[in-house]
Amino acid sequence: MNVDVAPKSDPPGAFAKGEVLLAVENVSLSFGGVRAIRGVSFDITKGEIRAIIGPNGAGKTSMLNVINGFYHPQEGVITYKRERRSAMRPYIAASQGIGRTFQNVALFKGMTTLDNIMTGRTLKMRSGILAQAFRWGPAEREEIQHREVVEKIIDFLEIQHIRKTPVGKLPYGLQKRVELGRALATEPELLLLDEPMAGMNLEEKQDMSRFIIDVNDQLGTTIALIEHDMGVVMDLSDRVVVLDHGQKIADGTPSEVQANQAVIDAYLGVAH
Amino acid sequence: MQESMSVRLADGAADTFPKLLLRNAERIAERPAYRFKDLGIWQTWSWREVRDQVRDFSIALDALGLKRGDRIAIVGSNRPRLYWTFLAAQCLGATPVPVYADSVADELAYVLDHAEVTIAVAEDQEQVDKLLSISDRVPRLTHIIYDDERGLAKYDHTRLHAFSEMLLFGAKQVGIKTETTERTRDDWWRGQIAAGNGRDISVMLYTSGTTGRSKGVMLSAQGCINAAIDTVTFDKLDESDVVVAYLPLAWVGDHYLNFAQSLVAGFCVACPESPETAPGDLREIGPTFYFAPPRVFESLLTRVMIRIEDASPLKRRMFHHYIAVAKRWGEKILNQESVPFTARLSYALGNLLVYAPLKNVLGFSNIRVAYTAGEAIGPELFSFYRSLGMNLKQLYGQTEAFLYVTAQPNGQIRADTVGPPTPNVSIRIADNGEVLYKSPGQFVGYFKEPEKTAETMTSDGFVKTGDAGFFDPQGHLKIIDRANDVGKLGDGALFAPKYLENKLKFFPNIKEAVAFGPGRPFATAILNIDLTAVANWAEKNDIIYASYQELAAHPLVYQMVRRNVEAVNRILAAEPAMAAAQIKRFLILHKELDADDGELTRTQKVRRSFIAERYAPLIEALYDGSTHRRIETQVTFEDGRKGAISGDITISEAETFPTTPPTATFKEAAE
Repeated sequence: MNVDVAPKSDPPGAFAKGEVLLAVENVSLSFGGVRAIRGVSFDITKGEIRAIIGPNGAGKTSMLNVINGFYHPQEGVITYKRERRSAMRPYIAASQGIGRTFQNVALFKGMTTLDNIMTGRTLKMRSGILAQAFRWGPAEREEIQHREVVEKIIDFLEIQHIRKTPVGKLPYGLQKRVELGRALATEPELLLLDEPMAGMNLEEKQDMSRFIIDVNDQLGTTIALIEHDMGVVMDLSDRVVVLDHGQKIADGTPSEVQANQAVIDAYLGVAH
Repeated sequence: MQESMSVRLADGAADTFPKLLLRNAERIAERPAYRFKDLGIWQTWSWREVRDQVRDFSIALDALGLKRGDRIAIVGSNRPRLYWTFLAAQCLGATPVPVYADSVADELAYVLDHAEVTIAVAEDQEQVDKLLSISDRVPRLTHIIYDDERGLAKYDHTRLHAFSEMLLFGAKQVGIKTETTERTRDDWWRGQIAAGNGRDISVMLYTSGTTGRSKGVMLSAQGCINAAIDTVTFDKLDESDVVVAYLPLAWVGDHYLNFAQSLVAGFCVACPESPETAPGDLREIGPTFYFAPPRVFESLLTRVMIRIEDASPLKRRMFHHYIAVAKRWGEKILNQESVPFTARLSYALGNLLVYAPLKNVLGFSNIRVAYTAGEAIGPELFSFYRSLGMNLKQLYGQTEAFLYVTAQPNGQIRADTVGPPTPNVSIRIADNGEVLYKSPGQFVGYFKEPEKTAETMTSDGFVKTGDAGFFDPQGHLKIIDRANDVGKLGDGALFAPKYLENKLKFFPNIKEAVAFGPGRPFATAILNIDLTAVANWAEKNDIIYASYQELAAHPLVYQMVRRNVEAVNRILAAEPAMAAAQIKRFLILHKELDADDGELTRTQKVRRSFIAERYAPLIEALYDGSTHRRIETQVTFEDGRKGAISGDITISEAETFPTTPPTATFKEAAE
């Protein structure tokens, strides 16, 4: 299908495939005495699917929160689109093209699928609240444009049949898909997915995997994902970074990581 | 207007569907012909626009090498471009062969190979993948055209073409003159249509295969059009009507009701956004003519009832009160019988408060004529819709007849008959009770199977339906069962399995039933519970379950279903002819019967002999007195992979009753 949701013409200074889009260097994060992340460095290149894996409490979600500016690390540097910062800010992340979904679905339960995805367009809307409330000419035209983008996403994710259903009534697998839709509505350049397949059955996982591949392939979106299902990670991702107890223990292609002794130990547990 | 149109048709001016298209594109050029919801908005094409699209596509098909007499497959759900493919192929004198969108690869390969298809038009990536996966088994298939382009951009396009590209190609060619003559491609195209005639095979529909391999039913253009003219006149359809096309494209019902009737009457065909959105789309369009098999009406009613049970007490009471009013007077008012003024008033109020809003939710507000067919419909169910003021009628038909054999005229509606023969159809009952007919749309023959065609025909040209039936005193046909299925129990008592199964299925808890009995001492049944209804009941009663299998095996579910079976026995006991066929033992199967496993046909009819073979140990257990039986069953998933599920199945007894003369209550139930 012809999704012209995301990359239109490449703006000046656009990133070529394979160029480093985001890098974290030596990032450390602690909450009081708990050291969640300890001196982790890795990068995400344009156009890849990058997986972050690790046992429970390894610091994966904290890492995503550092990347989109929700947590501010005590040490380290984050470089996004060639700009070095000691900490990201959520509004910079959002306006500069970082979209995300959450481990526990975070949608507006009482609102319809359509409206939920529409909220993803908020940052792109220019008309004021009053103009929108009274459907002032330009505001109405703007809404029509945004609605069109949202409809393309609905079509892309094959959720036409729940367009007008309140998301609270939807099964979990579909809620996850709506959340992905809302993230896509921000037209992200880098999409952070926190356990997109948690709690899904096999069929839902297959569907979600296909959508992730399609987003990456057809929209050209760079994706960083946290996932526990190893089969999914190995099939989907181009490169994998493994965290354990806040430290990076491996980084490489899925097959390299799979063969890495430290990774095997971390997952299976060894006598210390 | 209706009559003038029929007269014009009758003089032979338009004996093929493309000729009807040209007529509509002139006579009602700007009227809407097709609608399709895309990106949440209804897109509309007028008859003139449809003509142009069909022309462009035919020109492109010609360039791909489609010739007169070739066959072209159509695989997918209801989308305007797939309907236009029928017309584009017919313009060139080729025969369209629609295939069920949910066929597994094997079935698809069989039909494509048997029909010797050279080009296939597919809806989307899913269907293209299926076609590519069987391409080594259908060597004649040279080109595949797809409508929805999503996900297909990176495929090898040496023999793959996008529908939109085909249209562009055709549009560029339209004005171009051929080298040798002064004629444009448009003139050439009109010439191709003129070269077609009523004896051409207009379409080839594969039967659903209730018994054995499916057969290709060849229908002639003139026959199709004559049949459609008769029913369009019968139901007074014209270009102001609108239908929602959601039935399988490959089924005779869709081809007749939505394709043939639309071209004859000039009405608009609205295609839903996707099969899942059909209920919502139905509501938005508000069709004036509607068809659904009984199971659709049944599941709609179940959904309404479930939601009413969850509504506030006030609404619930209002609903039940006015539904009772409708039950008492609604049908009488619809049949224009004399009704007391107070009842009319009460009904009018009910219409304002309940019936009209309910019909609006279901998308039935504008319906003038609705039909149901394919299975027996429960009398309660049938009356429910009619009492709301919806003109629901029954018809009886077959692929071989190009649908209609009988239909109920307005004012002569009953739940237990299928009506008198439609105009120009003659019916005869054979000595063994089998229904035979001759009809204007009657098929030409089975493709490449003259011996099967001969088997189906009598020497004087009547077609055998395979159904047993009889005419009642009012001249309405009543169908009891498949002629071959009517049998006798061990003691010689009459056993009509369909009759029992239908009675069982009228209970909302029971989704599917298969009765056994011929040559045995008593009747038994294998049942499927209805997951929607029973799950709702389970939720209310705090019954926890993880799967269909677990719920089906629950003792309380057994108890509930047992009461249903006993209620059926009670009704049977009141009917002397059927009293001996009461169900003594039954079981609830651990899986739902499924077309992918070959247990149902693609039109969801039970394949009894196949089930008898597959579950032979269970049937044995039904008769040898055991209370449990373990069984392992192979299941096929939609992508063709296989798996197995096993279960320990309980066999339950059900009380039977001595034959009793019908009492007042039973009479009421039977009415």
